[in-house]
Amino acid sequence: MSAQVLTYIIVGATFALYIGIAIWSRAGSTKDFYVAGGGVGPIANGMATAADWMSAASFISMAGIIAFAGYDGSVYLMGWTGGYVLLALMLAPYLRKFGKFTVPDFIGDRYYSKTARSVAVFCALIISFTYVAGQMRGVGVVFSRFLEVEINTGVYIGMVIVLFYAVLGGMKGITYTQVAQYCVLIFAFMVPAIFISIEMTNNPIPMLGMGDTLASNPDVYLLDRLDGLSEELGFSKYTDGSKDMQDIIAITLALMVGTAGLPHVIVRFFTVKKVKDARKSAGFALLFIAILYITAPAVSVFAKLNLMETVDQANYEDMPEWFHNWEELSLIGWTDKNNDGKIQYLGPNKGGGKAFEGNKNAPDFMLGEARGEFGQRLTSNPSDNLNELYVDRDIMVMANPEIAKLPNWVIALVAAGCLAAALSTAAGLLLVISSSVSHDLIKKMIKPDISEKGELIAARLAATVAVVIAGYFGVNPPGFVAAVVALAFGLAAASFFPAIILGIFNKRMNKQGAVAGMIVGIVLMLFYMMKFKFDLFGGGTAEDWWFGISPEGFGSVAMVVNFIVSITVSKFTPEPPQDVQDIVENIRIPSGAGEATGH
Amino acid sequence: MKKTDENAKAYWRENVKYLVILLSIWFLVSYAAGILFKDVLNEIQLGGFKLGFWFAQQGAIYTFVILIFVYVRLMNKLDKKYGYDE
Repeated sequence: MSAQVLTYIIVGATFALYIGIAIWSRAGSTKDFYVAGGGVGPIANGMATAADWMSAASFISMAGIIAFAGYDGSVYLMGWTGGYVLLALMLAPYLRKFGKFTVPDFIGDRYYSKTARSVAVFCALIISFTYVAGQMRGVGVVFSRFLEVEINTGVYIGMVIVLFYAVLGGMKGITYTQVAQYCVLIFAFMVPAIFISIEMTNNPIPMLGMGDTLASNPDVYLLDRLDGLSEELGFSKYTDGSKDMQDIIAITLALMVGTAGLPHVIVRFFTVKKVKDARKSAGFALLFIAILYITAPAVSVFAKLNLMETVDQANYEDMPEWFHNWEELSLIGWTDKNNDGKIQYLGPNKGGGKAFEGNKNAPDFMLGEARGEFGQRLTSNPSDNLNELYVDRDIMVMANPEIAKLPNWVIALVAAGCLAAALSTAAGLLLVISSSVSHDLIKKMIKPDISEKGELIAARLAATVAVVIAGYFGVNPPGFVAAVVALAFGLAAASFFPAIILGIFNKRMNKQGAVAGMIVGIVLMLFYMMKFKFDLFGGGTAEDWWFGISPEGFGSVAMVVNFIVSITVSKFTPEPPQDVQDIVENIRIPSGAGEATGH
Repeated sequence: MKKTDENAKAYWRENVKYLVILLSIWFLVSYAAGILFKDVLNEIQLGGFKLGFWFAQQGAIYTFVILIFVYVRLMNKLDKKYGYDE
């Protein structure tokens, strides 16, 4: 059977499964809707959290980013896992004991202030919306690549599916669907990785294969070969990297702290029964996430070495079929600068660089069937350095099955895995948006006497509206979405994280301190982001960065400023009322958590 | 009432002590071994891995998982010791 037919069958089967689960586990109360009735076991919750957390970006892009960034890519590996240690040790158990539905609930009650709650709702909505728009786009892109439908059609299909199970099932439906989605996505990620590892190193365990010797030459370690070949072609050593140390530290910290401050991640820990389970489920979540995160760098090195060995000084006409397939999809581009019919893939130390200019350094292909002497697609924007090859980083994962000559069903599986990753994250975020609106805004601020039934209807309506808005941004992506998604972590680090940590660990912290800190933190982060990402306030280049820290890493600085402002302001303002201090005493003790309530 | 207060305080102190120890390890494997002292550690080879690079891309993540499960065990014991188990 062809890959496409198999893809339809496998993707269709997984979608039927998700919808079936949604119908079986539909929500009957607001508690079901917000926190899945508060009765999810730690292992199931760990899986659901993992699926919620790992987006299309983790599944498709991360291994590719690392393949091209080498050591520098470690910031994502450490940053997106280390945050769970903070979450498990410093946030999850206490927030679960506190026992409400949402993050703004905690901020509003702990800081006995509507202002604090509003600031928190505002931050939660900004972070979630920027993030979810990227996911819907991801769904569209996956559909278009694997099923050859229009990107927009893909977005619509994704919308209908998510709408169905997020609106019907709420957190309960989403949680059980995500358990299934985790299984699909991890299986889809591991199968090709294992086959490629065997092919390249004879070692069936990819994370060990990465440090093993080559199958083709048992005297040479794979990583040494990769370092050597990288230098030979004029790139820096794969294991060395090129970013400044302070920037690596800042980005890693911003991603870790941002992870721990993301509302859709935190809310997962409200769904378990006891404080004990919250700790345990953070452990399982990280375990399930780590399986993908320790495999990804292995996939990166296999793919990078495979790519360099395949293309280096080889005749274009001898390229394997996958090379031509991805060229047809515009994700590989070759321009024969010295007219020798061979591919030169060269880094900056050998006169290379970006093969193309403008258009984000991707090739601008000429329209129609314009072909060069060797059958290559012609481009209009070659640069004048010696490098002739452009490879889109996303194909590192998607092309893997083809590169390793795996059967068609594996290709179909990867498509289903991509979709599972994108849909599960989108659904989790939509739930945060809908509960922010129905619970934090309507119930807690606008209409406190709303009935349980009314609130549930409001939640479903809010989810529907959120899906439509997210879909709109998926169809008409504003240019800034990609930039902002990466910065959502900085925003979470600069706003929520200090307010929550201080709320638990500093009994003296009052509303004046927390509100001042959150506002200064988020304004500073937004300012830096607009200045260096969108060229406002005079703009600036990498040389103008403060302390040599990129906008991606600036969340760490804004977080530190938030802490300092909060603590200073709280020293000069009255201490919080006794009943709030009692809340803090109470959340520090694990027993008697009861069930999550909204009242 | 007094007694439960002191019990709670002692529990919290031990909890914070665990946090300090575990978060120090968290810092050591990622920021120290994976970033600050990576070049020194890279002199040591572990199979095909240079040690600093291994910590940054694999070792830190393994340690993170272990840290959380160690914390779960320690806290479960602590809960029992102070009578907060349920």
